[in-house]
Amino acid sequence: MLMITCPVCGAEGDETDFHCGGQAHISRPASTDPHNVSDDAQRDYLYIRNNPKGLHREMWMCARGCGKWFHAERDTVTLEFKSYYGITESAPPSSSPNPAASKTTKKKSAGR
Amino acid sequence: MKRYSIFSLARNAANYHKDWGPVWRSPEPKAEYDAVIVGAGGHGLATAYYLAKNHNMTNIAVLEKGWLGGGNTGRNTTIIRSNYLQDESMAIYELARSLYENLSQELNYNVMFSPRGVLMLCQTEHELRAFKRTSHANRLAGTEARMIDRAEVKRLCPIINDRDDCRYPILGAYYQPRGGTARHDAIAWGYARGADAMGVDIIQNCEVVGIDQNAGRITGVRTSRGEIKTTKLAVVVAGSTTQLMDMAGVRMPIESVSLQALVSEPIKPVIDVVVMANTVHGYMSQSDKGELVIGGGADPYNNFSQRGSFPAVEHTVTALVETFPIISRLRMLRQWGGTVDMTGDRSPIISMTDIGGLFVNCGWGTGGFKAIPGSGWAFADTIANDRPHPIAAPFSLNRYMIGHSIDESVAAAVAH
Repeated sequence: MLMITCPVCGAEGDETDFHCGGQAHISRPASTDPHNVSDDAQRDYLYIRNNPKGLHREMWMCARGCGKWFHAERDTVTLEFKSYYGITESAPPSSSPNPAASKTTKKKSAGR
Repeated sequence: MKRYSIFSLARNAANYHKDWGPVWRSPEPKAEYDAVIVGAGGHGLATAYYLAKNHNMTNIAVLEKGWLGGGNTGRNTTIIRSNYLQDESMAIYELARSLYENLSQELNYNVMFSPRGVLMLCQTEHELRAFKRTSHANRLAGTEARMIDRAEVKRLCPIINDRDDCRYPILGAYYQPRGGTARHDAIAWGYARGADAMGVDIIQNCEVVGIDQNAGRITGVRTSRGEIKTTKLAVVVAGSTTQLMDMAGVRMPIESVSLQALVSEPIKPVIDVVVMANTVHGYMSQSDKGELVIGGGADPYNNFSQRGSFPAVEHTVTALVETFPIISRLRMLRQWGGTVDMTGDRSPIISMTDIGGLFVNCGWGTGGFKAIPGSGWAFADTIANDRPHPIAAPFSLNRYMIGHSIDESVAAAVAH
């Protein structure tokens, strides 16, 4: 069971009181022309996920409280919420929670 | 391999069963193998078995970081069915189901396959319509299953609540008579015994810590028990796929979540079919021991804890108490969770990769057990011949690039 505190309104609860929005900081490949977006980039955007065993950055919504979205860092093994930050904030630079994230630029994603 | 028969049973009975001996060896890893399979669960062991049996590749090893069959193979609710919506899914699940029918004879090991029938309840008009569509698709593909009405549901499963005055009254069901259950551990043990007898090394307590490659080809693996050279590496590690493939620098379209199940105290036989209620998120069957085996939905967040959570138990049990009112006083004995790989389209991945000699079989989500024989069959063929087996081909990683997803998220709903 998860123990969650909404950083916006302070409501406390478990996973039935909140809604998980999945991995945070996924950005759509930026281009005004869809033809400029490679199949690789579009696939990564739609399907490839970090899925770390450990610290994971996610979006959550305070479903039975204020209804606001927020960001959280959660450990996927101990299920502890480690920190919260605003939904408009970018990822905290403090730690690199997941070695896979740094490999994004290498573009060695799922193949054939 | 000692063959099991009525005579071997009688012979050993005369000796008070003291001479059975180990069923498979525990060999030291060799320095080099023709192929290495990571993960000694059902899928990995079936792959090893069919590599040896169908493709004469016996100089192979199966590495397992824990114990054989200790992951999701030992944690599922053992349901076998093949009534999926998409052609690609029907092909692989029906291959698996048909292999299950003769598996006990094939392996000379009783896997307790019980084709007791699987009922998928229709509790809303939409669900009724969706299953009708699936039934037409299945009929076109030659998979035997049919729609039945409420009276027949009640006849097949007398303990079901067939009243009109509940939130989700039963409108009918989609029935696959040849579906059923099997003994989950026996699948792993039977394949392990069969593979071991043909010379496959099954190495337990051997964790892979690194994958070596040179010029885009696999050269070996580093393990907690030393380095092993190989040119073919097959990763079959549900729940750790992302972590293993990271070692090779391949990012996966996978998220790991927890799926849990629970069993009740044992009672006299009350239900001899498998009932799945997808609208309310619960499914139930009765084991030979008399326990009601109950499963529900997966957690909606990433989870590597291999534990269940109370809200999911409550949600599942609430649904089943309304569907089967007689279980309301039953106590639950055990509850557990497994880490399952979820893909974006809720279909598995059986694929080659950009790295030569690296193969991956994962993403079975909440429904891998039923596919074990078919998955092993097709994956072994893919590994042996270095090209996708026709049944495995649609499940390649490439489908996420070209947009050919095999969407079973609607057809399979929650329960698999």
